[in-house]
Amino acid sequence: MSRLAGNRAWRRKRRRLVLALLALAGLGTAAFLIFNAMGDALLYFRLPSDVVADRPPAGERFRLGGLVAQGSVERLDDGKSVRFAITDGETRVPVIFTGILPDLFREGQGVIAEGRLGVDGVFAADTVLAKHDETYMPREVYEKLRARGHPEGAEDRS
Amino acid sequence: MSPELGHLALALALGLALAGAVLPLWGAARGDDRLVALAPPLAVGQFLLVAVAFASLMQAFVTSDFSLLVVAQNSHTEKPLLYKIAGVWGNHEGSLVLWVLMLGFFGTLVALLGRSLPALFKARVLAVQAMITSGFLLFLLLTSNPFARLDPAPLEGRGLNPLLQDPGLAFHPPLLYLGYVGFSVAFSFAVAALIEGRVGPAWARWMRPWVLVAWMALTAGIALGSWWAYYELGWGGWWFWDPVENASFMPWLAGTALLHSAIVVEKRDALKRWTILLAILTFSLSLLGTFLVRSGVLTSVHAFAVDPARGVFILGLLALAIGGSLLLYAWRANTLEGGGLFAAISRESALVLNNILLSVATAIVFIGTLYPLFLDILSGAKISVGAPYYARTFVPLMMLLVLALGVGPLLSWKRGDLGRAARSLRLALLLALAALPLAWAIHGAGPVMAFLGFALAVWLVAAVISEWAARVRLFHIPLGHSLARAAGLPRRHYGMALAHLGLAVSIFGITASEAWTVERLAVMAPGDTEQVGAYAFTFEGVRPVVGPNYTAVRGRFSVAKGGHAVTVLEPEERTFTAPPMTTTEAAIHPLPSGDLYAVIGDATGADRWSVRLYMKPLVSWIWLGALIMVAGGALSLSDRRLRVGAPARSRRSEASPVPAE
Repeated sequence: MSRLAGNRAWRRKRRRLVLALLALAGLGTAAFLIFNAMGDALLYFRLPSDVVADRPPAGERFRLGGLVAQGSVERLDDGKSVRFAITDGETRVPVIFTGILPDLFREGQGVIAEGRLGVDGVFAADTVLAKHDETYMPREVYEKLRARGHPEGAEDRS
Repeated sequence: MSPELGHLALALALGLALAGAVLPLWGAARGDDRLVALAPPLAVGQFLLVAVAFASLMQAFVTSDFSLLVVAQNSHTEKPLLYKIAGVWGNHEGSLVLWVLMLGFFGTLVALLGRSLPALFKARVLAVQAMITSGFLLFLLLTSNPFARLDPAPLEGRGLNPLLQDPGLAFHPPLLYLGYVGFSVAFSFAVAALIEGRVGPAWARWMRPWVLVAWMALTAGIALGSWWAYYELGWGGWWFWDPVENASFMPWLAGTALLHSAIVVEKRDALKRWTILLAILTFSLSLLGTFLVRSGVLTSVHAFAVDPARGVFILGLLALAIGGSLLLYAWRANTLEGGGLFAAISRESALVLNNILLSVATAIVFIGTLYPLFLDILSGAKISVGAPYYARTFVPLMMLLVLALGVGPLLSWKRGDLGRAARSLRLALLLALAALPLAWAIHGAGPVMAFLGFALAVWLVAAVISEWAARVRLFHIPLGHSLARAAGLPRRHYGMALAHLGLAVSIFGITASEAWTVERLAVMAPGDTEQVGAYAFTFEGVRPVVGPNYTAVRGRFSVAKGGHAVTVLEPEERTFTAPPMTTTEAAIHPLPSGDLYAVIGDATGADRWSVRLYMKPLVSWIWLGALIMVAGGALSLSDRRLRVGAPARSRRSEASPVPAE
């Protein structure tokens, strides 16, 4: 009787241990998968002056933000591609994009472009976002501009 | 009704809420019936007062009273009435008033409908509800007063973002809030149960309808938001894993888990502590979702620095609600005794698996949404987590969930028979495998994930039907007997089947539209024809159009398939004056096989227009599936057994093994 009870207790302990190990293994796998998956799904946000000061590695996809430089927007001959420049007041980076621009895209407005920097220094964007914020400027752009003391960032946005 | 009256009503509501948070709890602890009896009238009083405040705010918007700051910042005289009304909740302050209004609404429903609840328990639930209301009202009055005046009043308002002027988006926030706030009832039930130290099948039966209502509203709200993004933003996308979307998706995932774990408590008196924790977490995520979206923290942690009072208040409120309830949980959860035991292969285990997968999925979305925030605080680096992350983590997990979902309902409670379930599912498995070549035949080559998704959707449909067939013993007993059995199945069983079918329908839509969409970007002059899949789009030209508060350019495309005219699409590009901006208005023609979708962009040179044309297979099934899920919830809700009144009396005596305090 007591041997049976002891046996049962031992079995219960073993089961608990197995369960704990399984849970740990599951958690480890999940954590590994999550951070592995993050790898290249993470996009860094950079201003033109960041790009000029510290050139991102070739082929890295990132987000380039700033204001659409005045007078820089021009359509290319194929009619589908647009060339413009993103500026943060200090410097500017030329951007080329093929597609329909978002509704809020305008010269002088805040914008975020997603893509890669080419060897020629032209940023090839595959996505252009003009965030649908009621204040019409992507928050990241606003903040970095404000931190740099750009007049656009100084405007009160409360 | 003047704004001052609204302001006064809010202050009075705060008074009632504070009284409602303290007196009934005090009475319940002291056994003072008079104080306990105060809870329902106080709940109704809070609701009525907040309703007065909401009505006066709405009046200010409708009459364009620009002496109110929120109205001046968010409205405009030229706006159509619907959007003046929607403008009430299109801003931080107004949306919080709506939140509190719904909180009061649910409190009133509990007070009026919860007749079968024991008086003490009901008083505690309403007291917790009143605590939440107090927190929100304090937040409103101290940091976000919607009735703040502007002097001098401007002659014209700044207007509402034209993108938000859309019927879909007008009703999207109220539905979301109905969901968020609905989960507050589950939260209050959980906290009240922790205070009393007892949870049993009856508790789960009382709570489940509220969870179901909240879940249905949230499902509908999320689907509506996604549909809006699809037809309004003009990119043809419907889900962007945007933090704002994730904020509503997290409580949905947790709420779905809660819906399932509550069944185990109800049927088997097990998983009690877990269900309580889940109820707390679901509402915590709802709170987080509300604040993340409404405070601007999501896009910038420095929003706190811009308005420290608001930020600190939000943090305090979150810490108090989440931290307080979790502390109470840590302290009291041990008083809840574990219930029925079950084998590793059983319905309970299947539901545990469902909960594990949904919880991990919630965690994945949580990490993806908040990791950039933490990184920003810690290192100042600004990053965003893109769709590939979710495709690699969330999607495989959901595939596992769907696979298990086919089997779970076939296992019996306590101890299931996997062999028997497998025999019932042979046909479903066969059909799922047969779907692979079928998908190839219909759509042609595509990514592996697409074929897996297709097979899983077929598997789910077939498994749901197989489960029904096994339950009514179709073809094993005479058909008449089967039909009699089918009629005898409880409605909530059909509700479950329908909700699961809805998920399958959504998976069909997601898979097909993600994998086999045909997209054409073109520059077209009148007379040009562009081939999109099997459809030929002919551009016929543009003409100007004048709307109520915008002017537009309207393009015209005639679409033909194999020489036969299918439809005419007229996308617009609208230019608004207040605030000045342009929006694209996509033209969509739904067909059984998918949506034809056209967007017109800028003019590029003489009478040449940049256009975007799509054929999106089965895309509308995504939202049809969500609608079916909601219908399944409604069917389940209509089950008499689930209604709070009827069964509780007989069941309560039966449920006496509930551990006493």
